[in-house]
Amino acid sequence: MKELLSGNEAVARGVFEAGVKLASAYPGTPSTEIMETIGAKFPSIYAQWSPNEKVAYEVGVGASIGGGRALVTMKHVGLNVAADPYMTHAYTGVNAGFLIVSADDPEMHSSQNEQDNRYFAKFANVPMLEPSDSQESKDMIVTGYELSEMFDTPVLYRMTTRISHSKGIVELDDATETVNKEYVKDASKYVMIPSNARGRHVVIEERIDKLRKFSENTLMNFIEENGSKVGIITSGVSYQYAKDVAPDFDYLKLGFTNPIPLKKIEAFVNSHDVVLVVEELEPYLEDQIKAAGIKVEGKKYFGNLGELSPYRVAEGFHKAGVIDALKVAEIGVEKNMFPRPPVLCAGCPHRGAFMALKKAGVAVAGDIGCYTLGALEPLNAMDTCVCMGASIGNAIGMEKVQASDKGTVAVIGDSTFFHSGITGLIDAVYNKSNVTVMILDNSITAMTGGQEHPSTGKTLMGKEAGKVDIATLVKALGVKRLINVDAYDYEQVLSTIKEEVATPEPSVILTSRPCVLMPARIMDEPFVIDSELCTACSACFKISCPAISASEETNKHGRPKAIIDQSICTGCTLCAQVCPPEAIMLKSQFVEV
Amino acid sequence: MSNKSYSILIVGVGGQGVLLASEIISEAAMRFGYDVKKSEVHGMSQRGGIVSSHIKIADKVYAPTIRHGQADILISFEKAEGLRALDWMKKDGVAIVSQTELVPAIVTSTKGLEYPKNPVEKMRERADKVISADADKIAAELGNPRLVNTILLGILSNYMPFPTDLWIDVIRCRVKERFVEINIQAFNRGRDVKLSAVEA
Repeated sequence: MKELLSGNEAVARGVFEAGVKLASAYPGTPSTEIMETIGAKFPSIYAQWSPNEKVAYEVGVGASIGGGRALVTMKHVGLNVAADPYMTHAYTGVNAGFLIVSADDPEMHSSQNEQDNRYFAKFANVPMLEPSDSQESKDMIVTGYELSEMFDTPVLYRMTTRISHSKGIVELDDATETVNKEYVKDASKYVMIPSNARGRHVVIEERIDKLRKFSENTLMNFIEENGSKVGIITSGVSYQYAKDVAPDFDYLKLGFTNPIPLKKIEAFVNSHDVVLVVEELEPYLEDQIKAAGIKVEGKKYFGNLGELSPYRVAEGFHKAGVIDALKVAEIGVEKNMFPRPPVLCAGCPHRGAFMALKKAGVAVAGDIGCYTLGALEPLNAMDTCVCMGASIGNAIGMEKVQASDKGTVAVIGDSTFFHSGITGLIDAVYNKSNVTVMILDNSITAMTGGQEHPSTGKTLMGKEAGKVDIATLVKALGVKRLINVDAYDYEQVLSTIKEEVATPEPSVILTSRPCVLMPARIMDEPFVIDSELCTACSACFKISCPAISASEETNKHGRPKAIIDQSICTGCTLCAQVCPPEAIMLKSQFVEV
Repeated sequence: MSNKSYSILIVGVGGQGVLLASEIISEAAMRFGYDVKKSEVHGMSQRGGIVSSHIKIADKVYAPTIRHGQADILISFEKAEGLRALDWMKKDGVAIVSQTELVPAIVTSTKGLEYPKNPVEKMRERADKVISADADKIAAELGNPRLVNTILLGILSNYMPFPTDLWIDVIRCRVKERFVEINIQAFNRGRDVKLSAVEA
C-alpha cells in the first residue's frame, strides 16, 4: 500500500513497523510531527511529551535498559539539552534498540542557529543514519533498530527540515511484533562510575571498529554507476538536489554516515576524474575524506551557509566546471517588495505584555516561543534571545551589571519555563537578584502548533494528566512577590512592571490569558472603528494586530484611518485601550450609537 | 500517461489554505500514477507570514523543491505575493493569481513601505501567461470565503492531465463531508475561468 507521507510521518510509520514500545520528546520544529503522528495514529506505542529533551532522553534510556525499544525525537538544538545523557549513553549502550531523531534546521526556518548535528555522532562515537526522502525515512528506522541491537549502541538518526517537512510516496510494510527483551541487572554496563566507565570506553573503541567495517558493506551506502567521469559523494537531501541537476553523474550515496566508508570512498574517487562532495552546512564528509589523504573538493563550490537547493547545487557544479553555464531565470526578481513578517495573532495575549514592556522602556531578556515575535517591528521590545530558558539567567546577569537604568525583565512562556526556566528562577532567589520575571502563561506549547505540557492537564495521547501549578511552584521556589495580571489589561500590566522592577527583590508577574487559537479558538464580540471619530493617529497600527488595517478613508492630511477585520478580531480590547480619541468600540455599542 | 513533468509553486499568506490545495494536487498526481514530492516550511502558517508550497510531479522526482526560474505553474492566493514569487517561474509558464489583496499592518505603520500598485499588470509585463481571477467574488457568490483555494484548483485543472472525476474524488476525501458539494461547485466555477481571462 502506498501513501503520501512527510518525512516525519514516515518516521512515525517506521517506528510503528519496528515495534517500538515507548517514544518521548519535547516539541521542536522541524521534529514535532513525529510524536504527533505517533500519538494520533499508533496508539499501541506509549508516547509522551516530557518537559525538556534531557528528561525525554533519560526516559527513553530507562525504557531501553528495561527491555523495550525506545525512540526520542528533538530539534537540533534539543540535542544540546540532551547531550549529557547522550554522551554517556554511548558508554552504556542499550538493551532494546534506541534511536535519537535529530531534526536539524539548515537555513534556520524556525531556529536560533543552524548547527550541524552530524558532528554529534562523531563526538559520541555512535553510528548515524541520514535518510534522503520519505521512503528512506521509514525504511531506515527499521534498519536502525536492528543496528542498535546488533551493535549494542544508541543510533543518531539525522534529518533536516526538507526531509522532515517534504512529502513523498511511501510503500508501507507490516509491523513487526517485538517482544520486550529481558531486563537483567548489569551494573558494570549501566552504572557509569569511573571504574565501570573506563571499561565501557574500551567497548566503544571496539564497537566503532566493527561499525567501520559495517559501513563499507551496508546497502545504505551505495554506488550508482552511469558511466560518468564525474563522481558525486553525498548524503541526505543534498543527494536529491544533485540528482535533480545532474542525474547522469556517478553517485556514491551515503545513508550510513558515521563512521564513513573510507575504503569505498577511496575506490570511488580513484575511478573518477573529478569527485565532488555535496553536503549541506559544514564540511563533515569532506574534511574526513581529505584527512584520509583522498582528493576531493566540495565546500569551495557550495558554501556552508544555509540550506542547499537545486539552484545552489547547479551553481556549484558550474563553478566546478562539470556542467555548462546555468540557464538564468529569465524573469527577474521584483525589487523593493514590502516585507511580510509573521506577527502575533489577532487577540494574542502576548501583545499586551509587549506593548507594556515597550512603554516601560525596560531591558527585556527574551526567550523562545511565539512571544519572540515581540522582537520584531513595530513592537521591537526584546533585547536578548539565546536559547530555551535563557531569559532568566540573561536578566540576572544584565541586572547585576546595571545594564539598564529602567530595570530588567525576563520574559518566558509557560512551556519554556517548565523546559528550563525553573533553574534560572532558583538562581534569582538564591543569589538575591532584583530581576523581574514575566511568565506569559497561555496554557499551551503554542509556537510548535499547540502541544500539551505539564500544566495543561492532558497527555500527548489525549488522556488526563497530572498538573503542575505554576503559581504554587513559583512560591515554593521562594519567590515572595508573585503578581497575577490580566494580559489584556494594558494599564495593569504596565503599572505592575514599573512597580516590580523598582522592588529590590526577585518577583514574578504571571499573565493569565490562554492562547486564542489552541486548544480551542476564542472569538468574543469584535470591535469596530467609528470613522467619524478616528483621527488617523496610527496608535492602533503600532500594536501590530493583523485585524487592523488602513481604511480607504483618510484625514485632512491624507493619512489613512483604520478599520478592523470583523472576521478575525477576537475582541481582546487592546486596541480600544490605546486609542486616544476612543474611536474603537464593541460592535453592539456602535450600532446603538 | 504523458511523460510531461510539472513543477508547481503555490504562494499565499498564512491561513489562506495553501497547504490544503497542495495536498489535493499531490494526492491527485499520485493517484494518476505519477511520482510526486512536495515541500513547504511549517511554523508561520497561522501567523500572517508568507506560506509557499513546492510540488514536483514527474515519472521520477528527486528534489522536493523547484529550481529557481523553473516553475511551470505559479498559483498565488494573493496578488502581491504572486509578483514577489514571479522569478521562480519559467517565462512561458502559467501564473494563476487570485485578485485578493492583503496589506500587512507593517506597510500601514511604516513610512517608505508600499503595497505595489497593479501587481497583476506588473506580472503580465514579464510573464507570458497570467490568469487573474476574482476568486473572492466567486467564493462570496457561493456563500463561503474559504472556497478560494478550490476555485484556484479548478483553474489549475485546465492545465493538468488529470480527469475531472479524479480531482473531485480527491476533494471528496480531503474536505469535511458537509462542505463536499459546495467545494465541487467551487471547483467547477474555477474550471470555467478560461484562458480568455488572460486579457481580462
